[in-house]
Amino acid sequence: MLEIKNLEVSVEGKEILKGLNLTVNKGEVHAIMGPNGAGKSTLASVIAGKEEYEVTGGSILFNGKDISELSPDERAKEGVFLAFQYPIEIPGVTTINFLKTAVSEIRAYRGLEPMEAKDFLAMLKEKQKLVQIDTNLTGRSVNEGFSGGEKKRNEIFQMAMLEPKLAVLDETDSGLDIDALRIVAEGVNKLRTKENAFLVITHYQRLLDYIVPDFVHVLYDGRIVKSGKKELALELEEKGYDWIKKEFPEMIA
Amino acid sequence: MAGSDKILEEVTSSDYKYGFTSDIDTEIAPPGLNEDVVRFISAKKEEPEWMLEWRLKAYKHWLTLKEPHWAHLKYPDINYQAISYYAAPKKQKVLNSLDEVDPELLRTFDKLGISLQEQMRLSGVAVDAVIDSVSVKTTFKEKLGELGIIFCSFSEAVKEHPDLVKKYVGSVVPVGDNYFAALNSAVFSDGSFCYIPKGVRCPMELSTYFRINSAGTGQFERTLIVADEGSYVSYLEGCTAPMRDENQLHAAVVEIVAHKDAEVKYSTVQNWYPGDKEGKGGIYNFVTKRGICLGNNSKISWTQVETGSAITWKYPSVILKGDNSVGEFYSIAVTNNMQQADTGTKMTHIGKNTKSTIVSKGISAGKSNNSYRGLVRINKGASKARNFSQCDSLLMGDRCGAHTFPYIEIHDKSAIVEHEATTSKIGEDQIFYCNQRGIDTEKAIGLIVNGYCREVLNKLPMEFAVEAQKLLAVSLEGSVG
Repeated sequence: MLEIKNLEVSVEGKEILKGLNLTVNKGEVHAIMGPNGAGKSTLASVIAGKEEYEVTGGSILFNGKDISELSPDERAKEGVFLAFQYPIEIPGVTTINFLKTAVSEIRAYRGLEPMEAKDFLAMLKEKQKLVQIDTNLTGRSVNEGFSGGEKKRNEIFQMAMLEPKLAVLDETDSGLDIDALRIVAEGVNKLRTKENAFLVITHYQRLLDYIVPDFVHVLYDGRIVKSGKKELALELEEKGYDWIKKEFPEMIA
Repeated sequence: MAGSDKILEEVTSSDYKYGFTSDIDTEIAPPGLNEDVVRFISAKKEEPEWMLEWRLKAYKHWLTLKEPHWAHLKYPDINYQAISYYAAPKKQKVLNSLDEVDPELLRTFDKLGISLQEQMRLSGVAVDAVIDSVSVKTTFKEKLGELGIIFCSFSEAVKEHPDLVKKYVGSVVPVGDNYFAALNSAVFSDGSFCYIPKGVRCPMELSTYFRINSAGTGQFERTLIVADEGSYVSYLEGCTAPMRDENQLHAAVVEIVAHKDAEVKYSTVQNWYPGDKEGKGGIYNFVTKRGICLGNNSKISWTQVETGSAITWKYPSVILKGDNSVGEFYSIAVTNNMQQADTGTKMTHIGKNTKSTIVSKGISAGKSNNSYRGLVRINKGASKARNFSQCDSLLMGDRCGAHTFPYIEIHDKSAIVEHEATTSKIGEDQIFYCNQRGIDTEKAIGLIVNGYCREVLNKLPMEFAVEAQKLLAVSLEGSVG
């Protein structure tokens, strides 16, 4: 589904990703771990198409299509979803209205008829239940005045509504207490199917207790330096990132 | 960042969508203003002597006044002698049905997305269509007549209801009130008149579409709305103007009188030609709008969505004379490219327990300048008066300006006055967040701006709110982008 080859990315002239390779197939959950500054969030942003990230080399294929020239909204319409580390507030726009617009745009892109209001509402209700989000929150302006946990939950709710093929979770666990973490993780687990894929970006192992990955990759200094099964996460947790730093002394993170 | 600037540039520099001229036969007065021109206008309109006297008085007063320049606006001097003060579509006879209306005129409305037929059939709105100063068609008049409601062109009111006009015209905005109001009083071409009798709740939104349609013609509309005791009316005004090279002056006057227990809601969507991207052309809009809450427990509410005009100078105000009366001002002002707006309100509290609310949302894009100017005045004896003001500014790009000039004068110790102001920039982060959900930048901006304006849009009657939302998106297409 996602094929990243030799990806090189710079931000304001500084090279962040230095030849990253990653393949994610449908039905899989991949975790990306790494110390601060390794390029984790850059990877998330560049997949989503954030402008200030300049691709200087390599390619990103999504379902066989090179998406590096697509605008962020086109990528979303192709089925890429990013759960933001810091979700943005949009005052005066209710989450329902926001999602209605998003769903219509995505459907139009795919040549589908607009959804009927009653079908949309039914879907809204179903997904609210699925990810256990307070109906109060969805009636309020997008993320405005939400707590950190509420914002993250709203991201998962939006993911549920938009049914992406690939969901990138950028440090979704940051700032969450253990209960909120569990609710968010449960939501993600319920959304896992054989057809979609997840890229879970995290600094800590604990999220992976709840969202069990098929593969774990260690990102260090702009490259994936180690890949393995879920046990790799536990090993990392035990030995700490210094272990990686010692193993790759030539790199400076 | 360079990429997003480009988007902003593209969005803010889109062309005016309603730029076209319809080919209607007009009769135009030669340029210039003097006593003879005032007499000519009055004669053209077959006015009684008292109306002419009133105009002449205004004209003489106008000669003693100087054009005001205190607003945060820059524009070349206006040559008042180069303007023609009268233009009317040639009209052979009184029209009985839409079939008799000039088809070209109807097509003009269609281009604007305003179909009289549709309006009549679907929304139950009575439309008094004013094109180049003469009222062309008034609908639903009979239906309103059964309730004793008078809704007609100003000229017709002068002939048919002289006592009412005589009693109220100039009672809220006196002939000598200000330079532009005096000019209007001397040369006003036409406009609308509305009277709601005691205890009557007007069953439909009353609506007027104004449109400038003759090159080099100033437009001087005059509207008078009188709500008698315990009555209610919601009045809608909307404008779009065709593309023109030279600047066009517009100086309208609107007066509202609300008697005891009466309520008047006045909503405007203004989309006059704003000039091109370089600031060439566009309407100069100098408007005096004022209402008086004459009786106790009366209420006047102004809601405006201002997206057009090269220059906007406009302060819809309320004089809160009756005890417990309420004044409201909800405003969205959008400026793009080279547009300039200096707009706001005046709330004058005279009666006891009077309350006023001001919510102003300014949006600046391109190289435009957008100013809020408001005065809250609490007179001595206006005990327990309350005001709440909120003035928000939204900037798009880094070449535009937003300014706030709030004036507060309090002469009574029991008053409670609150003022809040914010300035924000439309965030790249917000746009990216929308993009990431599959919403393109243009739509994202529309969504964000409509969200920002929601408090005001909510105050508009339903059918107008939809139009206003569209207009916001069109005005900022690109622009704010």
